[in-house]
Amino acid sequence: MPEPTRTGAQILCEALLREGVEVLFGIPGGAIMPFYHALPEYPALRHVLCRHEQGAGHAAEGYARASGRVGVCVATSGPGATNLVTPLADAWMDSTPLVAITGQVASTLLGTDAFQETDITGITMPITKHNFLVTRAEDLPRVVREAFHLASTGRKGPVLIDITKDAQLARVTPEWDAAPRPAAHASPPELEPDAVRAAARLLERAERPLILAGNGVVWAGAHEALLRLAERTGIPVITTLHGKGAFPDEHPLGLGMPGMHGWVHVNRAIQECDVLLNVGGRFDDRVTGKASTFAPRAKIVHIDIDPAEIGKLVRVDVAIVADAREALLALVEEVAPRACGEWLAHIRSLQEAHEPKQTYRKRADGASLAPNDVYAAFDRLARERGRCRVVTDVGQHQMWAAQLLEWRDPRTHITSGGAGTMGFSVPAALGAAIACPDETIWVICGDGGFQMTNQELATMAQEGIRNVRIAIVNNGYLGMVRQWQQLFEGRRYSETPLSGPDFARLAEAYGHTGVRVEHASEVEAALVEAWDRDGCTVLDFRVEREANVFPIVHPGKSLNDMITGDPGAGADAGAFGGMGSAVTGETRL
Amino acid sequence: MRHTIVARLRNDPLALTRVVGLLRRRGFHVDTMTLGPSEDVGSHRATLVVEAADVRQAVAQLRRLVDVLEAEALPGGEALERETALLSVTAGAAERPQIVALCSVFGGRVLEVGACSMVVEVTGSPSHLDRFLELVRPYGLLALARTGRIALARSPIAARIDDIAHTPAAPAPLHLAPVHALAG
Repeated sequence: MPEPTRTGAQILCEALLREGVEVLFGIPGGAIMPFYHALPEYPALRHVLCRHEQGAGHAAEGYARASGRVGVCVATSGPGATNLVTPLADAWMDSTPLVAITGQVASTLLGTDAFQETDITGITMPITKHNFLVTRAEDLPRVVREAFHLASTGRKGPVLIDITKDAQLARVTPEWDAAPRPAAHASPPELEPDAVRAAARLLERAERPLILAGNGVVWAGAHEALLRLAERTGIPVITTLHGKGAFPDEHPLGLGMPGMHGWVHVNRAIQECDVLLNVGGRFDDRVTGKASTFAPRAKIVHIDIDPAEIGKLVRVDVAIVADAREALLALVEEVAPRACGEWLAHIRSLQEAHEPKQTYRKRADGASLAPNDVYAAFDRLARERGRCRVVTDVGQHQMWAAQLLEWRDPRTHITSGGAGTMGFSVPAALGAAIACPDETIWVICGDGGFQMTNQELATMAQEGIRNVRIAIVNNGYLGMVRQWQQLFEGRRYSETPLSGPDFARLAEAYGHTGVRVEHASEVEAALVEAWDRDGCTVLDFRVEREANVFPIVHPGKSLNDMITGDPGAGADAGAFGGMGSAVTGETRL
Repeated sequence: MRHTIVARLRNDPLALTRVVGLLRRRGFHVDTMTLGPSEDVGSHRATLVVEAADVRQAVAQLRRLVDVLEAEALPGGEALERETALLSVTAGAAERPQIVALCSVFGGRVLEVGACSMVVEVTGSPSHLDRFLELVRPYGLLALARTGRIALARSPIAARIDDIAHTPAAPAPLHLAPVHALAG
């Protein structure tokens, strides 16, 4: 019997099911209505109705980052589609697999400035791996398959499918076996044994080798391979912001985060090392500082699945274009066991010398709640309770979380890195909570970012989400900008002081629990109660207003130029204490 | 540095926009670009002349595009490059013979003659066209249209000889023209 005809919208739903999709985050609207009309016929597709398309996009990102699967978001044409631009840009920068589906005006109206018509394929071209404008229902099976393949293979990333309303309405017989169009990217790059051998020899002969682990380790599922390589060679490991969790911080070889807010001993290890193995990182400027001065003594080995990353910013001596896991396993086989005791001891002695300056302490001026009171208690409790996932936003609180919390497992640290999207955390946590319904998802965010997308608290309420906890590190400023204004612009706090509503009462208004915390003595109890309460809780931590993130490398300067504390602050008066006469260049190598 | 990149693109209405947009946002200035059908029905061949400090990066970025089926930079000596120019030149009765003579030296053709101007066509390497233009410009150039260059990699002569030498039933060696003869 011939396959019955179906509408494009029905075919789209079936195609999504064939890709294993279980959850969609979206908002209906005129041009995507045929899809929403068909959706109830496919109960296996859970739709999460968000309050803003940006929220839907970030939720899909959070879902993808927590689960390792492709996140899917849906919006209508025009403003619905343009509201997805920020999450698409975010997913593009952080290589997050995402498929965005947008409705488009009828094909006969394309190019006529029709109501809610926007050229979303044109707009998103620079921030997607690929995008499709579908005007024929017949093309949907092939396009959906190509889109999911592209999003989830090679270097992962976002793909957009824009579907005209008439293509959703047309009735056709789907051809599920239509061959995908040829693409140069069809097959993953093959591992080059010569490159692996060359890398192994460099790692064996180095006196001061270092491994830099990035996002690629997490996406390749290469954390165990990384651990094996590190333990076989004794080479210390540093982890980028997105590499957090790719290597356990508590491991004797784990050093912490490099870069703009990296620890002194980590950045000095980079500047002193003679071989640097970067696996799955892209030498972002927040990691390298001024790229021409990065790791000046090192031969550089770069493992990346994207050939375009090789030599883009930093000269590379040995390139291995491959999946990180495959490359690391090959290296483990190839490299001779060794130890790096002296080098590691040297780094640890640097750490010891600088640790007091890096240990944040409460101000001496009697401020009742320092950011670190929150982080220290959180870290202690997280360790007690075992695994939990943390979604951070963008700014000071994000850097403190990366620096001060111990990260152990991949996919437990979810944040917006490359794009630096304030407002990422609350909707991303919604997605993570749906991906991991049995786990507690913590948001750590600032009061600025929280106010950008907290409308998704309503989505959590409507969806019956009970496993999200939100800790707002509330300093009443756009804190990181204020910090830069303080350090680099003579304390001219231009448009950074920020007011907000009573966040605890706002949470209550949304049907969640809200608690304001103003004293260090209340922190632990508040965290414990939130953790144990069945239901979402918002904790509003009113922290001291002008705490800073240190160390900080002056933007655009070398990793040699670190500011480790407030300039001119006395020994006990520095915002985070103990800096003596620390000023710019204090740790110049 | 100016580089020639040849690429084969999928027949997709958005492919051209993607290529041009990518080069712009990655900071590569496109000097000329030509696009037309390739040997394969499903794809178009583009020849791009771009300003790039690191042409490998430009090619690597192009290869990330799904619509780019293949892309490579052609090193100066290894490319056959051609370009066509149409010129409308001021030419009264006195100048006509001179321009016709120049045209003939440069292998061009006169397409049209008017009362005080004429239109000529010249094809050759970009430097060949540049020289012709310098000589014609003093007569008064009314309009100029250049196609931008098209390029193909040279045939791999050495490799062909090697292949033949290593093939058991090798035919007699080919009489190959010297490389400069192919350059034209």
